[in-house]
Amino acid sequence: MISFLATVGRVFLAFLAHVGRMSAFTAMAVSHTVRPPFYPRLILRSVIEIGYFSLPVVGLTAVFTGMVLALQSYSGFSRFAAEGAVATVVVLSVTRELAPVLAGLMVAGRIGASMAAEIGTMRVTEQIDALTTLSTNPFKYLVAPRILAGTLMLPFLVLVADIIGVFGGYIVGVYKLGFNSATYIARTWEFLEPLDVISGLTKAAVFGFLITLMGCYNGYYSKGGAQGVGAATTNAVVSAAIMILVFNYIITAMFFGK
Amino acid sequence: MTPKIELTGVHKAFGPKVVLDGIDLSVARGESVVVIGGSGTGKSVMLKCILGLLRPETGSIKVDGEEIAGMGAKDRDRIMKKFGMLFQGGALFDSLKVWENVAFGLIQGQRMERNKARDIAIEKLAQVGLAASTGDLFPAELSGGMQKRVSLARAIATNPEIIFFDEPTTGLDPIMADVINDLIVKCCKEVGATALSITHDMASARKISDRIAMLYKGRLIWVGPAKDIDHSGNEYVDQFIHGRAVGPITMELRA
Ligand SMILES: Nc1ncnc2c1ncn2[C@@H]1O[C@H](COP(=O)(O)OP(=O)(O)OP(=O)(O)O)[C@@H](O)[C@H]1O
Ligand SMILES: [Mg+2]
Repeated sequence: MISFLATVGRVFLAFLAHVGRMSAFTAMAVSHTVRPPFYPRLILRSVIEIGYFSLPVVGLTAVFTGMVLALQSYSGFSRFAAEGAVATVVVLSVTRELAPVLAGLMVAGRIGASMAAEIGTMRVTEQIDALTTLSTNPFKYLVAPRILAGTLMLPFLVLVADIIGVFGGYIVGVYKLGFNSATYIARTWEFLEPLDVISGLTKAAVFGFLITLMGCYNGYYSKGGAQGVGAATTNAVVSAAIMILVFNYIITAMFFGK
Repeated sequence: MTPKIELTGVHKAFGPKVVLDGIDLSVARGESVVVIGGSGTGKSVMLKCILGLLRPETGSIKVDGEEIAGMGAKDRDRIMKKFGMLFQGGALFDSLKVWENVAFGLIQGQRMERNKARDIAIEKLAQVGLAASTGDLFPAELSGGMQKRVSLARAIATNPEIIFFDEPTTGLDPIMADVINDLIVKCCKEVGATALSITHDMASARKISDRIAMLYKGRLIWVGPAKDIDHSGNEYVDQFIHGRAVGPITMELRA
Protein backbone atom coordinates (compact mmCIF):
# COMPACT_ATOMS: atom_id res chain seq x y z
CA MET A 1 0.00 0.00 0.00
CA ILE A 2 2.79 2.40 0.96
CA SER A 3 4.73 1.46 -2.11
CA PHE A 4 1.64 2.01 -4.22
CA LEU A 5 1.24 5.50 -2.79
CA ALA A 6 4.93 6.12 -3.29
CA THR A 7 4.59 5.15 -6.93
CA VAL A 8 1.60 7.42 -7.41
CA GLY A 9 3.50 10.24 -5.71
CA ARG A 10 6.54 9.66 -7.89
CA VAL A 11 4.52 9.66 -11.07
CA PHE A 12 2.73 12.81 -9.98
CA LEU A 13 6.00 14.56 -9.16
CA ALA A 14 7.48 13.49 -12.48
CA PHE A 15 4.40 14.88 -14.20
CA LEU A 16 4.76 18.20 -12.38
CA ALA A 17 8.43 18.38 -13.25
CA HIS A 18 7.54 17.73 -16.87
CA VAL A 19 4.88 20.42 -16.92
CA GLY A 20 7.26 22.87 -15.28
CA ARG A 21 10.01 22.14 -17.77
CA MET A 22 7.64 22.44 -20.69
CA SER A 23 6.27 25.76 -19.44
CA ALA A 24 9.77 27.12 -18.99
CA PHE A 25 10.69 25.93 -22.47
CA THR A 26 7.60 27.56 -23.96
CA ALA A 27 8.30 30.85 -22.22
CA MET A 28 11.91 30.83 -23.40
CA ALA A 29 10.90 29.89 -26.93
CA VAL A 30 8.29 32.63 -27.19
CA SER A 31 10.52 35.29 -25.70
CA HIS A 32 13.31 34.46 -28.16
CA THR A 33 10.88 34.35 -31.06
CA VAL A 34 9.85 37.97 -30.57
CA ARG A 35 13.28 39.43 -29.73
CA PRO A 36 16.21 40.03 -32.09
CA PRO A 37 18.60 38.83 -33.43
CA PHE A 38 16.47 37.04 -35.99
CA TYR A 39 17.77 34.57 -38.50
CA PRO A 40 15.92 35.33 -41.77
CA ARG A 41 17.77 32.59 -43.63
CA LEU A 42 16.63 29.95 -41.15
CA ILE A 43 13.11 31.30 -40.95
CA LEU A 44 12.88 31.10 -44.73
CA ARG A 45 14.17 27.54 -44.68
CA SER A 46 11.52 26.50 -42.17
CA VAL A 47 8.82 28.41 -44.05
CA ILE A 48 9.63 26.49 -47.21
CA GLU A 49 9.89 23.19 -45.37
CA ILE A 50 6.58 23.63 -43.58
CA GLY A 51 4.56 25.74 -46.00
CA TYR A 52 5.68 24.51 -49.38
CA PHE A 53 6.63 20.89 -48.91
CA SER A 54 3.50 20.13 -46.87
CA LEU A 55 1.26 21.31 -49.68
CA PRO A 56 0.91 17.92 -51.43
CA VAL A 57 -0.01 15.98 -48.34
CA VAL A 58 -2.35 18.67 -47.03
CA GLY A 59 -3.93 19.15 -50.45
CA LEU A 60 -4.52 15.45 -50.90
CA THR A 61 -6.06 15.17 -47.45
CA ALA A 62 -8.32 18.14 -48.15
CA VAL A 63 -9.57 17.05 -51.55
CA PHE A 64 -10.55 13.57 -50.37
CA THR A 65 -12.10 14.94 -47.22
CA GLY A 66 -14.26 17.31 -49.23
CA MET A 67 -15.27 14.54 -51.62
CA VAL A 68 -16.18 12.08 -48.88
CA LEU A 69 -18.05 14.76 -46.99
CA ALA A 70 -20.21 15.51 -50.00
CA LEU A 71 -21.03 11.85 -50.51
CA GLN A 72 -21.73 11.16 -46.87
CA SER A 73 -23.88 14.19 -46.23
CA TYR A 74 -25.81 13.58 -49.44
CA SER A 75 -26.69 10.01 -48.50
CA GLY A 76 -27.33 10.93 -44.88
CA PHE A 77 -29.38 14.04 -45.54
CA SER A 78 -31.48 12.37 -48.23
CA ARG A 79 -33.17 10.47 -45.40
CA PHE A 80 -34.98 13.64 -44.44
CA ALA A 81 -34.97 15.24 -47.86
CA ALA A 82 -32.30 17.78 -47.06
CA GLU A 83 -29.88 17.02 -49.89
CA GLY A 84 -29.84 20.69 -50.74
CA ALA A 85 -27.71 21.35 -47.66
CA VAL A 86 -24.73 19.41 -48.97
CA ALA A 87 -22.78 22.43 -50.23
CA THR A 88 -23.33 24.30 -46.96
CA VAL A 89 -22.38 21.30 -44.85
CA VAL A 90 -19.21 20.80 -46.84
CA VAL A 91 -18.01 24.38 -46.62
CA LEU A 92 -18.83 24.80 -42.94
CA SER A 93 -17.29 21.49 -41.88
CA VAL A 94 -14.20 22.03 -43.94
CA THR A 95 -13.45 25.60 -42.90
CA ARG A 96 -14.38 25.26 -39.25
CA GLU A 97 -13.15 21.80 -38.39
CA LEU A 98 -11.80 19.42 -40.93
CA ALA A 99 -9.22 21.52 -42.72
CA PRO A 100 -7.52 22.78 -39.56
CA VAL A 101 -7.67 19.52 -37.64
CA LEU A 102 -6.70 17.19 -40.46
CA ALA A 103 -4.04 19.52 -41.83
CA GLY A 104 -2.77 19.93 -38.28
CA LEU A 105 -2.55 16.18 -37.75
CA MET A 106 -0.87 15.58 -41.09
CA VAL A 107 1.67 18.34 -40.49
CA ALA A 108 2.23 17.02 -36.97
CA GLY A 109 3.24 13.71 -38.50
CA ARG A 110 5.42 15.31 -41.10
CA ILE A 111 7.00 18.31 -39.43
CA GLY A 112 6.77 17.47 -35.74
CA ALA A 113 8.58 14.20 -36.35
CA SER A 114 11.30 15.63 -38.53
CA MET A 115 11.96 18.53 -36.17
CA ALA A 116 12.20 16.28 -33.14
CA ALA A 117 14.54 13.96 -35.03
CA GLU A 118 16.74 16.75 -36.32
CA ILE A 119 17.04 18.65 -33.05
CA GLY A 120 17.27 15.41 -31.09
CA THR A 121 20.19 14.25 -33.21
CA MET A 122 21.84 17.60 -32.72
CA ARG A 123 21.39 17.19 -28.98
CA VAL A 124 22.88 13.71 -28.73
CA THR A 125 25.79 14.51 -31.04
CA GLU A 126 26.59 17.62 -28.94
CA GLN A 127 25.81 20.00 -31.79
CA ILE A 128 23.57 22.02 -29.48
CA ASP A 129 26.44 22.32 -26.99
CA ALA A 130 28.65 23.38 -29.89
CA LEU A 131 26.18 26.13 -30.79
CA THR A 132 26.46 27.52 -27.29
CA THR A 133 30.26 27.53 -27.42
CA LEU A 134 30.06 29.40 -30.72
CA SER A 135 28.13 32.22 -29.04
CA THR A 136 24.83 31.24 -30.62
CA ASN A 137 21.74 30.76 -28.53
CA PRO A 138 20.10 27.45 -29.50
CA PHE A 139 16.68 28.88 -28.73
CA LYS A 140 17.19 31.67 -31.20
CA TYR A 141 18.96 29.59 -33.79
CA LEU A 142 16.97 26.35 -33.67
CA VAL A 143 13.69 26.88 -31.88
CA ALA A 144 12.53 30.40 -32.72
CA PRO A 145 12.68 30.14 -36.54
CA ARG A 146 10.76 26.88 -36.49
CA ILE A 147 8.05 28.08 -34.17
CA LEU A 148 7.66 31.30 -36.10
CA ALA A 149 7.44 29.47 -39.40
CA GLY A 150 4.96 26.92 -38.01
CA THR A 151 2.67 29.54 -36.54
CA LEU A 152 2.66 31.54 -39.77
CA MET A 153 2.50 28.74 -42.30
CA LEU A 154 -0.22 26.55 -40.84
CA PRO A 155 -2.92 29.20 -41.48
CA PHE A 156 -1.66 29.43 -45.05
CA LEU A 157 -1.84 25.67 -45.46
CA VAL A 158 -5.31 25.58 -43.96
CA LEU A 159 -6.52 28.33 -46.27
CA VAL A 160 -5.30 26.24 -49.19
CA ALA A 161 -6.96 23.18 -47.66
CA ASP A 162 -10.24 25.13 -47.30
CA ILE A 163 -10.26 25.92 -50.98
CA ILE A 164 -9.22 22.46 -52.12
CA GLY A 165 -11.63 20.76 -49.71
CA VAL A 166 -14.57 22.80 -50.94
CA PHE A 167 -13.45 22.10 -54.47
CA GLY A 168 -13.44 18.34 -53.73
CA GLY A 169 -17.01 18.63 -52.48
CA TYR A 170 -17.94 20.58 -55.59
CA ILE A 171 -16.49 17.90 -57.90
CA VAL A 172 -18.50 15.15 -56.25
CA GLY A 173 -21.58 17.34 -55.92
CA VAL A 174 -21.64 18.37 -59.54
CA TYR A 175 -20.22 15.37 -61.39
CA LYS A 176 -21.49 12.54 -59.24
CA LEU A 177 -24.53 13.78 -57.38
CA GLY A 178 -25.87 15.86 -60.21
CA PHE A 179 -26.06 19.30 -58.59
CA ASN A 180 -26.16 22.26 -60.89
CA SER A 181 -22.74 23.93 -60.80
CA ALA A 182 -24.01 27.48 -60.27
CA THR A 183 -26.44 26.38 -57.57
CA TYR A 184 -23.74 24.47 -55.73
CA ILE A 185 -21.44 27.47 -55.75
CA ALA A 186 -24.22 29.80 -54.66
CA ARG A 187 -25.13 27.41 -51.84
CA THR A 188 -21.50 27.28 -50.76
CA TRP A 189 -21.37 31.05 -50.33
CA GLU A 190 -24.86 31.52 -49.01
CA PHE A 191 -24.33 30.64 -45.34
CA LEU A 192 -20.59 31.03 -45.11
CA GLU A 193 -19.55 33.71 -42.65
CA PRO A 194 -16.13 35.26 -42.20
CA LEU A 195 -15.99 33.86 -38.67
CA ASP A 196 -16.11 30.30 -40.03
CA VAL A 197 -12.89 30.84 -41.90
CA ILE A 198 -11.31 33.04 -39.25
CA SER A 199 -11.92 30.51 -36.50
CA GLY A 200 -10.36 27.82 -38.68
CA LEU A 201 -7.29 29.93 -39.36
CA THR A 202 -6.95 30.81 -35.69
CA LYS A 203 -6.95 27.11 -34.90
CA ALA A 204 -4.36 26.61 -37.59
CA ALA A 205 -2.02 29.18 -36.06
CA VAL A 206 -2.38 27.60 -32.63
CA PHE A 207 -1.82 24.11 -34.06
CA GLY A 208 1.23 25.30 -35.97
CA PHE A 209 2.64 26.71 -32.76
CA LEU A 210 1.90 23.49 -30.85
CA ILE A 211 3.35 21.20 -33.51
CA THR A 212 6.63 23.06 -33.79
CA LEU A 213 6.81 23.59 -30.04
CA MET A 214 6.39 19.88 -29.38
CA GLY A 215 8.89 18.98 -32.10
CA CYS A 216 11.49 21.36 -30.70
CA TYR A 217 10.80 20.55 -27.06
CA ASN A 218 11.04 16.80 -27.45
CA GLY A 219 14.10 17.06 -29.64
CA TYR A 220 15.79 19.53 -27.32
CA TYR A 221 15.45 17.27 -24.28
CA SER A 222 16.12 13.98 -26.02
CA LYS A 223 18.98 11.93 -24.70
CA GLY A 224 20.73 8.64 -25.11
CA GLY A 225 21.50 8.19 -28.78
CA ALA A 226 19.40 6.78 -31.59
CA GLN A 227 16.86 5.22 -29.26
CA GLY A 228 16.36 8.48 -27.41
CA VAL A 229 15.86 10.34 -30.67
CA GLY A 230 13.32 7.74 -31.74
CA ALA A 231 11.41 8.17 -28.50
CA ALA A 232 11.54 11.96 -28.88
CA THR A 233 10.09 11.68 -32.38
CA THR A 234 7.21 9.52 -31.21
CA ASN A 235 6.52 11.79 -28.26
CA ALA A 236 6.57 14.86 -30.46
CA VAL A 237 3.94 13.46 -32.81
CA VAL A 238 1.71 11.95 -30.16
CA SER A 239 1.79 14.96 -27.85
CA ALA A 240 1.18 17.35 -30.75
CA ALA A 241 -1.77 15.27 -31.95
CA ILE A 242 -3.34 15.15 -28.52
CA MET A 243 -2.83 18.86 -27.96
CA ILE A 244 -4.37 19.59 -31.35
CA LEU A 245 -7.50 17.69 -30.38
CA VAL A 246 -7.72 19.32 -26.96
CA PHE A 247 -7.08 22.84 -28.22
CA ASN A 248 -9.49 22.27 -31.08
CA TYR A 249 -12.24 21.85 -28.52
CA ILE A 250 -11.10 24.81 -26.45
CA ILE A 251 -10.92 27.16 -29.42
CA THR A 252 -14.24 25.95 -30.79
CA ALA A 253 -15.82 26.60 -27.42
CA MET A 254 -14.30 30.07 -27.35
CA PHE A 255 -15.62 30.98 -30.78
CA PHE A 256 -18.96 29.22 -30.92
CA GLY A 257 -19.79 27.83 -27.47
CA LYS A 258 -22.39 30.37 -26.38
CA MET B 1 47.96 38.01 -11.80
CA THR B 2 44.49 36.48 -11.79
CA PRO B 3 44.47 33.04 -13.34
CA LYS B 4 42.64 32.72 -16.65
CA ILE B 5 40.67 29.77 -15.35
CA GLU B 6 40.31 28.79 -11.72
CA LEU B 7 38.42 25.81 -10.36
CA THR B 8 37.95 25.34 -6.64
CA GLY B 9 36.27 22.35 -5.09
CA VAL B 10 34.17 21.48 -8.13
CA HIS B 11 31.79 18.58 -7.56
CA LYS B 12 29.66 17.01 -10.25
CA ALA B 13 27.53 13.90 -9.94
CA PHE B 14 25.01 12.26 -12.23
CA GLY B 15 22.41 10.85 -9.85
CA PRO B 16 24.30 8.64 -7.42
CA LYS B 17 27.37 8.52 -9.65
CA VAL B 18 30.00 11.01 -8.50
CA VAL B 19 32.18 12.04 -11.40
CA LEU B 20 34.07 15.09 -10.14
CA ASP B 21 34.80 15.03 -6.43
CA GLY B 22 36.50 18.29 -5.59
CA ILE B 23 38.59 19.56 -8.49
CA ASP B 24 41.07 22.36 -7.85
CA LEU B 25 42.94 23.66 -10.85
CA SER B 26 44.23 26.97 -11.95
CA VAL B 27 45.44 27.81 -15.42
CA ALA B 28 47.45 30.96 -16.03
CA ARG B 29 47.05 33.24 -19.01
CA GLY B 30 48.86 31.83 -22.03
CA GLU B 31 49.50 28.53 -20.33
CA SER B 32 48.77 25.14 -21.84
CA VAL B 33 47.56 22.49 -19.46
CA VAL B 34 46.83 18.91 -20.43
CA VAL B 35 44.52 16.69 -18.41
CA ILE B 36 45.15 12.99 -18.60
CA GLY B 37 43.25 10.18 -16.97
CA GLY B 38 41.47 6.93 -17.65
CA SER B 39 38.51 6.64 -19.91
CA GLY B 40 35.32 7.67 -18.15
CA THR B 41 37.01 9.52 -15.30
CA GLY B 42 35.25 12.79 -16.09
CA LYS B 43 37.71 14.76 -18.20
CA SER B 44 35.11 15.82 -20.75
CA VAL B 45 32.65 16.53 -17.95
CA MET B 46 35.20 18.88 -16.40
CA LEU B 47 35.50 20.90 -19.61
CA LYS B 48 31.73 21.05 -19.98
CA CYS B 49 31.39 22.36 -16.43
CA ILE B 50 33.80 25.20 -17.20
CA LEU B 51 31.86 25.98 -20.37
CA GLY B 52 28.62 26.06 -18.41
CA LEU B 53 27.16 23.20 -20.43
CA LEU B 54 26.88 21.18 -17.25
CA ARG B 55 26.23 22.68 -13.85
CA PRO B 56 28.38 21.43 -10.98
CA GLU B 57 26.61 20.88 -7.66
CA THR B 58 29.17 22.77 -5.62
CA GLY B 59 32.42 24.57 -6.12
CA SER B 60 33.52 27.68 -7.88
CA ILE B 61 34.64 28.19 -11.46
CA LYS B 62 36.16 31.53 -12.34
CA VAL B 63 37.16 32.78 -15.75
CA ASP B 64 39.33 35.90 -15.64
CA GLY B 65 38.33 36.19 -12.00
CA GLU B 66 34.60 36.17 -12.74
CA GLU B 67 32.47 33.48 -11.15
CA ILE B 68 30.48 31.78 -13.89
CA ALA B 69 28.02 29.84 -11.72
CA GLY B 70 24.71 31.68 -11.55
CA MET B 71 25.82 34.20 -14.14
CA GLY B 72 23.10 35.99 -16.15
CA ALA B 73 22.55 35.30 -19.83
CA LYS B 74 24.23 38.53 -20.99
CA ASP B 75 27.41 37.98 -19.01
CA ARG B 76 27.50 34.36 -20.01
CA ASP B 77 27.35 35.35 -23.69
CA ARG B 78 30.24 37.71 -23.15
CA ILE B 79 32.29 35.00 -21.43
CA MET B 80 31.40 32.44 -24.11
CA LYS B 81 33.00 34.63 -26.75
CA LYS B 82 36.35 33.99 -25.08
CA PHE B 83 36.09 30.25 -25.61
CA GLY B 84 36.73 27.86 -28.44
CA MET B 85 35.96 24.21 -27.96
CA LEU B 86 36.91 21.11 -29.88
CA PHE B 87 34.39 18.46 -28.91
CA GLN B 88 35.55 14.89 -28.51
CA GLY B 89 32.96 13.71 -31.02
CA GLY B 90 33.50 16.63 -33.40
CA ALA B 91 29.94 17.94 -33.05
CA LEU B 92 29.98 19.40 -36.56
CA PHE B 93 26.69 20.82 -37.83
CA ASP B 94 25.71 18.24 -40.41
CA SER B 95 23.25 20.52 -42.18
CA LEU B 96 25.99 23.03 -42.98
CA LYS B 97 28.92 22.78 -45.36
CA VAL B 98 32.40 22.35 -43.96
CA TRP B 99 33.40 25.97 -44.51
CA GLU B 100 30.14 27.18 -42.96
CA ASN B 101 30.94 25.06 -39.93
CA VAL B 102 34.37 26.60 -39.59
CA ALA B 103 33.03 30.10 -40.18
CA PHE B 104 30.06 29.64 -37.85
CA GLY B 105 31.48 31.57 -34.92
CA LEU B 106 32.49 34.39 -37.26
CA ILE B 107 29.19 34.66 -39.09
CA GLN B 108 26.76 34.03 -36.24
CA GLY B 109 28.79 35.05 -33.22
CA GLN B 110 30.65 38.05 -34.67
CA ARG B 111 28.21 38.90 -37.49
CA MET B 112 31.01 38.92 -40.03
CA GLU B 113 30.19 39.14 -43.71
CA ARG B 114 29.91 35.71 -45.34
CA ASN B 115 32.56 36.20 -48.01
CA LYS B 116 35.11 37.44 -45.56
CA ALA B 117 34.30 34.65 -43.11
CA ARG B 118 34.67 32.14 -45.91
CA ASP B 119 38.20 33.30 -46.67
CA ILE B 120 39.17 32.92 -43.04
CA ALA B 121 37.54 29.49 -42.92
CA ILE B 122 39.52 28.31 -45.95
CA GLU B 123 42.71 29.60 -44.35
CA LYS B 124 41.96 27.75 -41.10
CA LEU B 125 41.22 24.60 -43.06
CA ALA B 126 44.61 24.90 -44.70
CA GLN B 127 46.19 25.13 -41.25
CA VAL B 128 44.75 21.75 -40.32
CA GLY B 129 45.87 20.26 -43.62
CA LEU B 130 42.60 20.34 -45.54
CA ALA B 131 42.29 21.59 -49.11
CA ALA B 132 40.02 24.49 -49.95
CA SER B 133 37.80 22.14 -51.96
CA THR B 134 36.96 20.29 -48.73
CA GLY B 135 35.13 23.41 -47.66
CA ASP B 136 32.26 22.76 -50.03
CA LEU B 137 31.60 19.23 -48.80
CA PHE B 138 29.26 18.29 -46.00
CA PRO B 139 30.66 16.83 -42.77
CA ALA B 140 29.10 13.44 -43.51
CA GLU B 141 31.27 13.22 -46.63
CA LEU B 142 34.50 13.36 -44.63
CA SER B 143 36.50 10.67 -42.87
CA GLY B 144 36.60 10.62 -39.08
CA GLY B 145 40.04 12.21 -38.90
CA MET B 146 39.05 14.90 -41.38
CA GLN B 147 35.97 15.71 -39.30
CA LYS B 148 38.17 16.04 -36.26
CA ARG B 149 40.38 18.51 -38.07
CA VAL B 150 37.42 20.54 -39.33
CA SER B 151 36.19 20.67 -35.78
CA LEU B 152 39.60 21.87 -34.69
CA ALA B 153 39.57 24.56 -37.36
CA ARG B 154 36.16 25.65 -36.11
CA ALA B 155 37.41 25.83 -32.52
CA ILE B 156 40.26 28.19 -33.42
CA ALA B 157 38.53 30.17 -36.18
CA THR B 158 37.56 33.11 -34.00
CA ASN B 159 41.03 33.27 -32.39
CA PRO B 160 39.55 32.69 -28.94
CA GLU B 161 41.44 33.60 -25.79
CA ILE B 162 40.80 30.20 -24.25
CA ILE B 163 40.71 26.98 -26.24
CA PHE B 164 39.64 23.56 -25.04
CA PHE B 165 40.79 20.56 -27.02
CA ASP B 166 39.06 17.31 -26.15
CA GLU B 167 41.30 14.62 -27.61
CA PRO B 168 42.59 16.62 -30.59
CA THR B 169 44.77 13.87 -32.02
CA THR B 170 42.56 10.83 -31.50
CA GLY B 171 41.85 9.14 -34.81
CA LEU B 172 44.65 10.89 -36.69
CA ASP B 173 47.70 9.28 -38.27
CA PRO B 174 50.97 9.96 -36.41
CA ILE B 175 52.18 12.57 -38.87
CA MET B 176 48.93 14.49 -38.95
CA ALA B 177 48.78 14.21 -35.16
CA ASP B 178 52.10 15.99 -34.97
CA VAL B 179 50.93 18.69 -37.38
CA ILE B 180 47.99 19.27 -35.04
CA ASN B 181 50.32 19.32 -32.03
CA ASP B 182 52.36 22.03 -33.72
CA LEU B 183 49.21 23.96 -34.48
CA ILE B 184 48.11 23.84 -30.86
CA VAL B 185 51.53 24.96 -29.70
CA LYS B 186 51.37 27.78 -32.23
CA CYS B 187 47.98 28.88 -30.95
CA CYS B 188 49.43 29.21 -27.48
CA LYS B 189 52.86 30.59 -28.24
CA GLU B 190 52.08 32.93 -31.11
CA VAL B 191 48.50 33.93 -30.47
CA GLY B 192 48.85 33.79 -26.71
CA ALA B 193 45.79 31.64 -26.17
CA THR B 194 45.25 29.71 -22.97
CA ALA B 195 44.70 26.03 -23.69
CA LEU B 196 43.20 23.23 -21.69
CA SER B 197 43.44 19.91 -23.48
CA ILE B 198 42.54 16.34 -22.89
CA THR B 199 44.49 13.57 -24.47
CA HIS B 200 45.40 9.92 -24.11
CA ASP B 201 48.33 10.41 -26.44
CA MET B 202 51.35 10.91 -24.17
CA ALA B 203 53.61 12.11 -26.98
CA SER B 204 51.09 14.78 -27.77
CA ALA B 205 50.67 15.64 -24.09
CA ARG B 206 54.41 16.15 -23.66
CA LYS B 207 54.60 18.30 -26.75
CA ILE B 208 51.67 20.65 -26.23
CA SER B 209 51.65 21.11 -22.48
CA ASP B 210 53.35 23.35 -20.00
CA ARG B 211 51.75 21.43 -17.18
CA ILE B 212 50.02 18.09 -16.93
CA ALA B 213 47.25 17.14 -14.51
CA MET B 214 46.05 13.63 -13.89
CA LEU B 215 42.44 12.95 -13.05
CA TYR B 216 41.64 9.82 -11.08
CA LYS B 217 38.50 8.96 -9.13
CA GLY B 218 37.11 12.48 -9.37
CA ARG B 219 40.23 14.26 -8.15
CA LEU B 220 43.38 15.67 -9.67
CA ILE B 221 45.89 13.37 -8.05
CA TRP B 222 48.94 14.94 -9.64
CA VAL B 223 49.59 18.31 -11.22
CA GLY B 224 53.04 19.32 -12.32
CA PRO B 225 55.28 20.60 -15.09
CA ALA B 226 55.30 18.44 -18.20
CA LYS B 227 59.02 17.73 -17.88
CA ASP B 228 58.46 16.17 -14.45
CA ILE B 229 55.94 13.65 -15.66
CA ASP B 230 58.54 10.87 -15.96
CA HIS B 231 59.71 11.23 -12.38
CA SER B 232 56.52 12.29 -10.72
CA GLY B 233 57.00 9.86 -7.88
CA ASN B 234 53.32 9.01 -8.22
CA GLU B 235 52.69 5.39 -9.00
CA TYR B 236 49.30 6.12 -10.56
CA VAL B 237 50.87 8.55 -13.00
CA ASP B 238 53.68 6.09 -13.73
CA GLN B 239 51.28 3.32 -14.49
CA PHE B 240 49.20 5.58 -16.70
CA ILE B 241 51.97 7.06 -18.81
CA HIS B 242 53.53 3.67 -19.39
CA GLY B 243 50.20 2.08 -20.07
CA ARG B 244 50.68 -0.90 -17.78
CA ALA B 245 47.75 -3.15 -17.03
CA VAL B 246 49.21 -3.99 -13.64
CA GLY B 247 49.42 -1.33 -10.96
CA PRO B 248 47.41 0.64 -8.44
CA ILE B 249 44.80 1.59 -11.06
CA THR B 250 42.63 -1.43 -11.58
CA MET B 251 40.21 -1.60 -14.43
CA GLU B 252 36.89 -2.91 -13.29
CA LEU B 253 36.92 -5.98 -15.48
CA ARG B 254 35.16 -9.19 -14.74
CA ALA B 255 36.73 -12.36 -15.98
N1 LIG C 1 25.10 13.42 -19.54
C1 LIG C 1 25.51 12.45 -18.73
N2 LIG C 1 24.62 11.77 -17.99
C2 LIG C 1 25.03 10.80 -17.14
N3 LIG C 1 26.31 10.43 -16.98
C3 LIG C 1 27.24 11.06 -17.68
C4 LIG C 1 26.91 12.10 -18.59
N4 LIG C 1 28.03 12.56 -19.17
C5 LIG C 1 29.04 11.82 -18.63
N5 LIG C 1 28.58 10.93 -17.75
C6 LIG C 1 29.37 10.00 -16.95
O1 LIG C 1 30.47 10.70 -16.44
C7 LIG C 1 31.63 9.93 -16.51
C8 LIG C 1 32.73 10.74 -17.13
O2 LIG C 1 32.44 10.98 -18.48
P1 LIG C 1 33.44 11.77 -19.40
O3 LIG C 1 32.80 11.88 -20.73
O4 LIG C 1 33.86 13.02 -18.76
O5 LIG C 1 34.67 10.79 -19.49
P2 LIG C 1 36.10 11.07 -20.08
O6 LIG C 1 37.03 11.19 -18.94
O7 LIG C 1 36.04 12.21 -21.02
O8 LIG C 1 36.38 9.72 -20.84
P3 LIG C 1 37.00 9.47 -22.29
O9 LIG C 1 38.45 9.55 -22.14
O10 LIG C 1 36.56 8.08 -22.60
O11 LIG C 1 36.42 10.49 -23.19
C9 LIG C 1 31.31 8.68 -17.29
O12 LIG C 1 31.33 7.60 -16.41
C10 LIG C 1 29.94 8.89 -17.80
O13 LIG C 1 29.19 7.72 -17.64
MG1 LIG D 1 35.98 12.44 -22.99
